[in-house]
Amino acid sequence: MVSWTGLLAQILAIALALALAPLLMGWVNQWRAWLQNRRAPSLLQPYRTLHKLFHKESVLAENASPLFRIAPYIVFGCMALACGIAPTLSTDLPLAPAADAIALVGLFALARVFISLAAMDVGTAFGSLGARREMLIGFLAEPALLMVLFSASLITQSTSLARIVETLAHQSFAIYPSLAVAGVAFTFVSLAENARVPVDNPATHLELTMIHEALILEYSGRHLALIEWAAALKLFAYSCIGLALFFPWGVAEAGTPLAILFAIPALVLKLAVGGVLLAVIETINAKMRLFRVPEFLATAFLLAVIALLVHVLLGA
Amino acid sequence: MESLLAQTINLFAVALLVLAFAMIAQRRILTLIHLYTLQGAALVAATLVVAHLTGQHHLYGSAILTFVLKVVLIPVMLHRVIDRLNVRWDVETLFNIPTTMLIGIVLVIVAFNLAAPIASLSASIARGTLGIALACMLLSFLMMIVRAKAVPQVIGFLSMENGLFFAATAATAGMPMIVELGIAFDVLVGILILGVFMFQIREQFDSLDIRHLERLKED
Amino acid sequence: MMLLDWLLVVIAGWLALGVAGIPALRNTGVVARLLFPAGAFLALVLAGLALAALFTEPQTAVLALGLPTLPFHLRLDGLSAFFLLVIGAAGAGISLFAAGYFRQGEGTPPGLMCLEYHLFLASMALVVLADDAYAFMVAWETMALSSFFLVTANHRVPAIRSAGFLYLLVAHVGALAILLTFGVLQAGTGDYTFANMRAQSLSPLWASVAFLLATVGFGAKAGVLPLHVWLPEAHPAAPSPVSALMSAVMLKTAIYGLLRVVFDLAGTQLWWWGVVLLGLGLATALFGVIYSAVQSDMKRLLAYSSIENIGLLFVGMGLAVLFHAYAMSALAALALTATLFHVASHACFKSLLFLATGSVLHATGERSLGKLGGLIRRMPWVAALSLVGVLASSGLPPFSGFVAEWLLLQSFLFTTGLPNSFLNMLVPVVAAAIALVAALAGYVMVKFYGVIFLGQPREPHLAHAHPASPLERAGLVWLGAGCVLLGLFPVQVIGVIDPVTQVLLGAGVGETVRANGWLFLSPTSLGRASYGPLVFLLVVAFAVALTAWLVHRLYHGRLRRSAPWDCGFPAQTARMQDSAEGFGQPIREIFNPVFRMTRELPTPFDAAPKYRVTIEDPFWHGLYLPVARLTERLARLVGRLQQGRIAIYLLYSFLTLIVLLGVVRW
Repeated sequence: MVSWTGLLAQILAIALALALAPLLMGWVNQWRAWLQNRRAPSLLQPYRTLHKLFHKESVLAENASPLFRIAPYIVFGCMALACGIAPTLSTDLPLAPAADAIALVGLFALARVFISLAAMDVGTAFGSLGARREMLIGFLAEPALLMVLFSASLITQSTSLARIVETLAHQSFAIYPSLAVAGVAFTFVSLAENARVPVDNPATHLELTMIHEALILEYSGRHLALIEWAAALKLFAYSCIGLALFFPWGVAEAGTPLAILFAIPALVLKLAVGGVLLAVIETINAKMRLFRVPEFLATAFLLAVIALLVHVLLGA
Repeated sequence: MESLLAQTINLFAVALLVLAFAMIAQRRILTLIHLYTLQGAALVAATLVVAHLTGQHHLYGSAILTFVLKVVLIPVMLHRVIDRLNVRWDVETLFNIPTTMLIGIVLVIVAFNLAAPIASLSASIARGTLGIALACMLLSFLMMIVRAKAVPQVIGFLSMENGLFFAATAATAGMPMIVELGIAFDVLVGILILGVFMFQIREQFDSLDIRHLERLKED
Repeated sequence: MMLLDWLLVVIAGWLALGVAGIPALRNTGVVARLLFPAGAFLALVLAGLALAALFTEPQTAVLALGLPTLPFHLRLDGLSAFFLLVIGAAGAGISLFAAGYFRQGEGTPPGLMCLEYHLFLASMALVVLADDAYAFMVAWETMALSSFFLVTANHRVPAIRSAGFLYLLVAHVGALAILLTFGVLQAGTGDYTFANMRAQSLSPLWASVAFLLATVGFGAKAGVLPLHVWLPEAHPAAPSPVSALMSAVMLKTAIYGLLRVVFDLAGTQLWWWGVVLLGLGLATALFGVIYSAVQSDMKRLLAYSSIENIGLLFVGMGLAVLFHAYAMSALAALALTATLFHVASHACFKSLLFLATGSVLHATGERSLGKLGGLIRRMPWVAALSLVGVLASSGLPPFSGFVAEWLLLQSFLFTTGLPNSFLNMLVPVVAAAIALVAALAGYVMVKFYGVIFLGQPREPHLAHAHPASPLERAGLVWLGAGCVLLGLFPVQVIGVIDPVTQVLLGAGVGETVRANGWLFLSPTSLGRASYGPLVFLLVVAFAVALTAWLVHRLYHGRLRRSAPWDCGFPAQTARMQDSAEGFGQPIREIFNPVFRMTRELPTPFDAAPKYRVTIEDPFWHGLYLPVARLTERLARLVGRLQQGRIAIYLLYSFLTLIVLLGVVRW
């Protein structure tokens, strides 16, 4: 059942995600700074921040419950598993049957519910505000993401991400219009889910506009480090899912351990290009008002539905 | 290679559809014009591919005509109109975009189903896209209904013509050249008249909101 | 003795327990310590017997009760065994909780409560066992009446009385429709046994009439739009164990009835029945979840959430009917499996949540979300178990709600082969709406949990909230375990559901699922779709443990408690947190056209600003009140006949007599 190469690829994929996720964050930040005519921080800045935060003592609100303390670990664990499921390097992943595309969406939702509950735990004005906004974004983004994954599933007749990539990457090349529409929807969703401009600004500390920052306002020290790392992992996971669905070439198949060696540079290259694109999107757009966000996400949701309809019409 | 080209027709058709949806959801007049230009470009590309695949040379002619008219001439005219009317940066307040788009989805389903039996009669390579063309037309029609300002309505009208043109190309490999020329001329005249019309509305009511026209009816 | 006989013994035991409550009318000790735990034990036995019955041949029995020509026929097959299992398993937890819950001084004396409660349980068991229309209707009406008395336990409160009457009214409209359904199904033979109905082959027209009547009748009990109005009134009015029992179990008897009529008695299934059920279910689910997001009473919120879940069950049934009508039995079995899984899962998590609100109500005396908060620190057990219920209810892995959602979406996903192109396009749209409902359910549940259990207490007296009693905890633990186990072992649970789909459709997914191993759930093939909740949980748990260990090992575990940061805001009161209304605000904004809302906004110059928003059910004003007004007007017209003078009434009799004589003469 479980092959040694598969196990190896699995461990390698998770380790690579853990190691590369902050780097991707740093890369995007660097490009953003360049594009905005600022001096860029070092590429390694996210690692230093994490290291610093881990060293610091964790300051907890007096009335924080155990839920507040465990939530960062659960969020981190969820994101690590998400990175394990997304076929980044190889499609031969022992963890893949544990969670298909639907379960992956559920996994993101689980993390979101926990971080929102933790934000409400201390009972500050900003915490509950952040929780409400996060759930608002979540309930619109989640079905949209699910529909995007469904359009890929309908093409490949499978909800397993590994199988989807196998089918898309290793059969004769074809153009799927439905997948193109789904790609647009996916871009919208991942911007919203990863707290990026135009939905949220990862660099903001202006109380009234922040979403992600409001959620994690009460966290400090190692808890904050874990949450920041988890956010980086989430961006990494989303990028990998996007690459897997829309640019699946370069991922190794089952039984080809050597191909993994080629898969790593391919992945890094694709992520680098994706990171630059993200920085460009963030630079040319302005953050929108909070009540434009439902419209933005509803558009993504409806686009994903159109993708499904187009698939039914054209059969591709 | 041939089949891949045939697939690109579908891709351009879907691009037309998505652009029609984007127009429904767009508030800025300037962006609307950009979207219209893009739609024209997608139409030109689709026509070129169909021309190449079917070897019908008059389609090249109509592609050139489309390009001149819909990618260059009309957008330039529209830009000049909004400059002179001083509505370049206007943002329209729209009623509930998600609801409009939901209605749009219903229209898409209706269009796809209506087109299914017609498409099976056609022998064209791109007959699957007939439903998409129909959906584009209905969506543009919807846009004309929900918009309250004159310029977006005109753009809705033009975009509807795009859908019609694409339907002709997809289902029957293009209309006779003379008909196409006629339609092109009609559209051109239409937009001229509408342009004059817009200035008149503006003179009369000091606004482009066409709800003012309701006052014209006799009581 | 056969299994059916043993089941009847258990039901008789319940009735005996109920009667035993009469001598101990005001003796809370006996009722709570003896009778309710005994009822819970009987429920457990019932569940065990039902589990055994799932894997045996159908059994029948005839009781010497009922009409002279139509004694009570009973039949135990896969479908009834499955619902008995749900009744028993959920009933056990609820009875256990009720043992610690009912106290003196809440209207109806405990002894009478015990009688009504056990009568309610027994009648629900009889509903699913009945094999003729008469026995079914007797059990159905007993169920409605006993639950009516349970709802109005606190009958000194006028609002509760009117909620009870509304419930009774809708229940009887439904019962009338069900009676007519049976009338159609017996096809003029005059034989009202189900066996006879099965033997009849109805024309599509009459079968459709029966189906529509059954949808109205059972839909009224289940709370399908627009017959849902009694649910949000009755559930908050009833004591919590009763709300739990009604929401978790009684609503499911309506699902049972509809399944019985559509798949068993009607004989044929038409594809548009499926579309009707899909449409009704979708509207109900969306309506329920949107309205539950804006509620500020915790039990009303859960009641609307029940409406949403009933909607999802109807969608599942609709899909099953659709596939079955097109002879795609494997997909029909998948959709039906998803439905039945959701029946079991909803029974667990909704009763758990209702019971938790009961504990909160007893501990604080508050039902309004605006006056709760921070209870996780005072009631850790209830909070922890509610968290399980909340996660299951939000449809999150690895809990039970997710499996049902997963199965339902899977059955949507492989639908593209329907022979009707319009349906092919409709199905993805419905799937998208289902995904939206599921995601909104998460929003609702975060609001529910966050406002009740997290944050700072919104009222000073919440600081004295006492934790739940041990028996209450035991009931909650039982149901919480149900949520977890259903979620973690879906393959085994589907093994239990499989006989039911075999009975109804002649097909099942059990074999495929079994063939794909016990660890990963895969209804078609492993390559197509699979989900391994146990692996899922273990990996996340392992990652959590490893991270915690590594962080503490490599760095440190230092921790300091201090005042909350809150961007350096010095003054923080409980009033500055988001209220339940605040949490509902985005939903009110986005779905504005759906609501019938009245708002009072303060002006900027108000010295004592007040903000009030009331949201009413549009169906109440659009449908029920006009009907009520019409009835009143008609009644007034009839009232003109009544003059109050005896001579006039004699005249009426006299005229009637003459007319009748004339009729006889003709």
